[in-house]
Amino acid sequence: MSEQVVNEQYVLRVNGEAREVHDAWVGESLLYVLRERLGLPGAKGGCEQGECGTCSVLVDGALVCACLVLAAAVTDTEIVTLEGLQPDERGALSIVQQAFVEEGAVQCGFCTPGLVMAVEDLLARDAAPDDLTVREAVSGNLCRCTGYGRVLAAIERAVGATNEAAR
Amino acid sequence: MTVVSRPSTRTEPTAGGRVGDSAIRPDGVPKVRGEFAFAGDLWSEGMLWGATLRSPHASAIVRSIDIGPALAIPGVHAVLTAADLVGRNRYGLEHRDQPVFVEDVVRYSGEPIAAIAADHPDTARRARDAIVVDYEVTPPLTDPDVAIDAPAIHPDGNLFRQLVVKRGDPTTRGPVVVEGTYEIGMQDQAFMGPEAGLAIPADDGGVDLIVSTQWLHNDRDQVAEVLGLPPDKVRLTLGGVGGAFGAREDVSLHIHSCLLALHTGRPVKMVYSRRESFLGHVHRHPARIWMRHSAEPDGTIVSFETRIVLDGGAYRSSSFHVTANAACFAAGPYRVPNALVEAYGVRTNNPPCGAMRGFGAVQVAFAHEAQMDRLADACGVDRVELRLHNALASGDELLTGQRIEGSLPVAEVIRACMALPEPPPAVDDVLARPGGAGNTTDASSVRREVGFAVGFKNLMYAEGYDDDSVARCRLEDGVATITCAAAEVGQGFVTVAQQFARTILGVDDVFVDPADTSIGSAGSTSASRQTMVSGGAVEAACRAVAARVLEYVAETHGMDPEALTLTDGRIQSSDGRVDAVIASVAPGIVFEAEEEFHHRVTHPLDADGQGDAHVSFACAAHRAVVDVDPELGLVRVVHIATAQDVGRVLNPLQCLGQIEGGIAQGVGLATMEELLVDEGRILNPSFTDYLIPTALDAPTVAAAYIEEPEPGAPFGAKGVGEPPTISSTPAVVAAIRAATGRPLTRVPVRPDDVAGLT
Amino acid sequence: MLAGGTDVMVGVNEGHRRPTEVVTLTGVEELRRTRVERVDGHEVLVIGAGVTYTALAAPEVAGRVPALAIAARTVGSPQIRNAGTIGGNLGTASPAGDTLPVLHALDARVEVVGPAGSRVLPVREFVTGPKRTALAPGELIAAVHVPVLRGPQDYLKVGVRNAMVIAVASVALVVDLDRRELAVGLGAVGPVPLGAPDACRWLAHRLHWDDDTVRLTDPGDAARFGTLVAEASRPIDDHRGRAEYRRHAVGVLAARALRRATS
Repeated sequence: MSEQVVNEQYVLRVNGEAREVHDAWVGESLLYVLRERLGLPGAKGGCEQGECGTCSVLVDGALVCACLVLAAAVTDTEIVTLEGLQPDERGALSIVQQAFVEEGAVQCGFCTPGLVMAVEDLLARDAAPDDLTVREAVSGNLCRCTGYGRVLAAIERAVGATNEAAR
Repeated sequence: MTVVSRPSTRTEPTAGGRVGDSAIRPDGVPKVRGEFAFAGDLWSEGMLWGATLRSPHASAIVRSIDIGPALAIPGVHAVLTAADLVGRNRYGLEHRDQPVFVEDVVRYSGEPIAAIAADHPDTARRARDAIVVDYEVTPPLTDPDVAIDAPAIHPDGNLFRQLVVKRGDPTTRGPVVVEGTYEIGMQDQAFMGPEAGLAIPADDGGVDLIVSTQWLHNDRDQVAEVLGLPPDKVRLTLGGVGGAFGAREDVSLHIHSCLLALHTGRPVKMVYSRRESFLGHVHRHPARIWMRHSAEPDGTIVSFETRIVLDGGAYRSSSFHVTANAACFAAGPYRVPNALVEAYGVRTNNPPCGAMRGFGAVQVAFAHEAQMDRLADACGVDRVELRLHNALASGDELLTGQRIEGSLPVAEVIRACMALPEPPPAVDDVLARPGGAGNTTDASSVRREVGFAVGFKNLMYAEGYDDDSVARCRLEDGVATITCAAAEVGQGFVTVAQQFARTILGVDDVFVDPADTSIGSAGSTSASRQTMVSGGAVEAACRAVAARVLEYVAETHGMDPEALTLTDGRIQSSDGRVDAVIASVAPGIVFEAEEEFHHRVTHPLDADGQGDAHVSFACAAHRAVVDVDPELGLVRVVHIATAQDVGRVLNPLQCLGQIEGGIAQGVGLATMEELLVDEGRILNPSFTDYLIPTALDAPTVAAAYIEEPEPGAPFGAKGVGEPPTISSTPAVVAAIRAATGRPLTRVPVRPDDVAGLT
Repeated sequence: MLAGGTDVMVGVNEGHRRPTEVVTLTGVEELRRTRVERVDGHEVLVIGAGVTYTALAAPEVAGRVPALAIAARTVGSPQIRNAGTIGGNLGTASPAGDTLPVLHALDARVEVVGPAGSRVLPVREFVTGPKRTALAPGELIAAVHVPVLRGPQDYLKVGVRNAMVIAVASVALVVDLDRRELAVGLGAVGPVPLGAPDACRWLAHRLHWDDDTVRLTDPGDAARFGTLVAEASRPIDDHRGRAEYRRHAVGVLAARALRRATS
């Protein structure tokens, strides 16, 4: 049984900052590195297979599952996590976050970070998605508590608020 | 060792929100910001990672375990087996029938053999894979019907419970007879947040465990027994919980992580992978149910007979009680004058089963509602009318002879459900049709049909169990703090606790402390009990504090406390001398009260299953509109209307969320969720192949609440979590039957069944 | 060799694969490009192995090879589609891979590069068995060469729920209005993607062909075609589905695809 080599060293750009990673094993996923090395536990580990979406982050603007991204392979990218949606800790909630809170779309909250990322991504690409488009866009984010009812209501509210703000 | 966690689970007060309001949950903001600390988010300086070696075999003798190759791996700090235990190698929810580590006999695939601690999770996994176990594989006992009489696979025998309920004269039979056999596959709770915990050895020789769970104190007791420590040296704190639904009622990594922490002297974090999660917690009992109803030609039920076999898997967990629930509620919410119920909870070498939302009532509801449809058709009576005709009401007797003293508005939920409007026709888009994103189905291939079902179950524990909870309320300068060990698992207890305090004390700022074992037990977050029992304790503590405030004000004004009232945060005296806001009436003074809540006494069931065994009941009706592609056997559950008996709506938004979530789980059981077990091994322990509904599978839900206050319950409210899972499944299947003409006597229905290929 | 990671990383996370050295391909620009070539007067879309499912669903591909775009949209979730690649789908060579039946039906060719140079071989020869390919050690998939045909195309895939499913059975149908031929590719009903050449030849003669459309002359031919296609499938029983159902489903999907193409 070969020894695990832990001498990877690289820099990731996360939420606009350069973050150094030391003494890492090459096989670590971006999810692991974010959570266990960079102090960013917002993205969650629900399945480590890309089936549940709780680890969703943006890599170069594309929504992906961080559990399926090799951390050492994304050194030349811009990574955005849920923590990066608000530039400062005391900042107001985004329209999507506010809608989730107000519509009761949060129960246990484990799916929430990934869902918020997916919805932010959707609304950045499509300002007025219809119900089916929304459902398909979040079909990669499993939720076991809400049955999606309040989640869809929150997204509808966020769409309305976003378009209101744009006027 | 300091624990550096993300901002704790301590919840912030939210503006406003009294009983009846859609108060925003206090942990909502941290959760949307990713700042809420789930147990898996915790980190500690010097922390090691734990892993578990589990038997792949469902039945085997362990001849030897060689941990040498694992210990030889650099970075491995401990490898523990049964040989390392100083205390008892036994745990279990009620009855300690389960070994912490296998000593010699393996009884299920996934049973823990060893625990490992290493400095990196991958090192721990490699060490786990390096342990050499010599198994002598033996044939597993996998058929529960066979297991009843087969040689015992455990010293306690193969029968967790055999229960008979006999009412009236079960040989009486009406002229219309309907008989059927039904099967329910193994559903899994499949919460999103896998098992996680951090165990930290303490300076006093004890251990502190931060863990996701449903019942801190029961876990604490089991851990302490195995560690050989007094309970006050084992301190549990609730880490943020990513859903539970029954699967966290039993311990999982608790004992292993504490053992590793004490052995290594270092904090040990354990987080299960999804695969290990499927192997590492109890599942819903698969069931085989035979039923025979007889009735008069007008549909009046004359007799009911059933034989229920629940496969409890290798260890007991809560099988004793699931069996009782299945028996007590087997006939559904209907008047049955003559009945014979035989229910078995059986031990096999299949994966252990225990609590899952619905707890035995889900299984029997699938059967009794199928039977009611067939009975209606056989009598030539409308299916909804048949149910109304036989519906239970307050004052009626259950199968167990218990008279319903509280509320049970069965007829009302049926009528209210049917009165909800039906959904519009489907949008003309392939995504909206069965098959969804698979692009399989055109409009001409779809049949839309409707199915209806009603169900009920008990709330709280039963059969004489003296259930209780304790809560503390502290009021200082208009800010209240509630302390209670009730596990918040997403259901919104923390919100309701705040609403109670705001309503009773009339203050806006209410903190809810993190739940831990420094206060007395709040019991389990299960059985839809927290609202009544822990809610009752919170209510009592808040009222006690209110009384103390009034006493204080009375004393400082030389008045009789009876002359003072507290309404909406204002303390007023009948003579007008006192008119003050509670927030400023006693600056710097702390008012505190700790109160215990017990519900009313219940009694065991006798040899005929008769007795006043249950505290309270709740019912719900579901009407499912389902689009079916009969050729391909694919299904899209479009809309579910429901009316639920809730006692009193404490928080409309949270109530709706619980209903929608429970319905989704019911839809899942009806159409897609099953852990496939072959010779005791789970074939699909992953989200790739254990499918739960996505947003494209979720129906729209229309809900009506029937509020008939429940005596003895705080604000008259009933727990709302379970009824949505009970009759949603049979309503969906009834619709699929209507679309296809297939009998569909098993859930989850498969495309093969729906398409008529089986 | 790592592109999107949607298959490889699952194994790494489970501890089944323990990489010591990784070469990531996501930064290799040419692998992410798509270009149009003309070969013997016919259009061929050359899709870099690193092109993601999201990019396959975009107009550049959707306009020329609609079945590929449709198949790409049935894959997983937005997260998976943004990361997973056509090269990965080929390299993993799962019998249920969603692009494979389309590529098979179109008789696409796989361009492979290695130390000995580059070679091109038909997809039908590239996928050799369940999760097995003709890639030699040291070789990489560089691109897929996909004929651009004129005519209706479709891809239908059966799964137990309405999103995020691995195909229990799938059918790709492509119609070539110029050659007046059609082809199907069948997924998840054999060790490799299968065709149904006999069924397609039988049907082609019975269809009414125009310059821009193709129609059924006998409406019953759709079901007959479905039965013949089903007979060409070689499904097995596994925990995702039984053989009998898969065969039945393939027949239904083929009939439906044909009705859509001829309506």
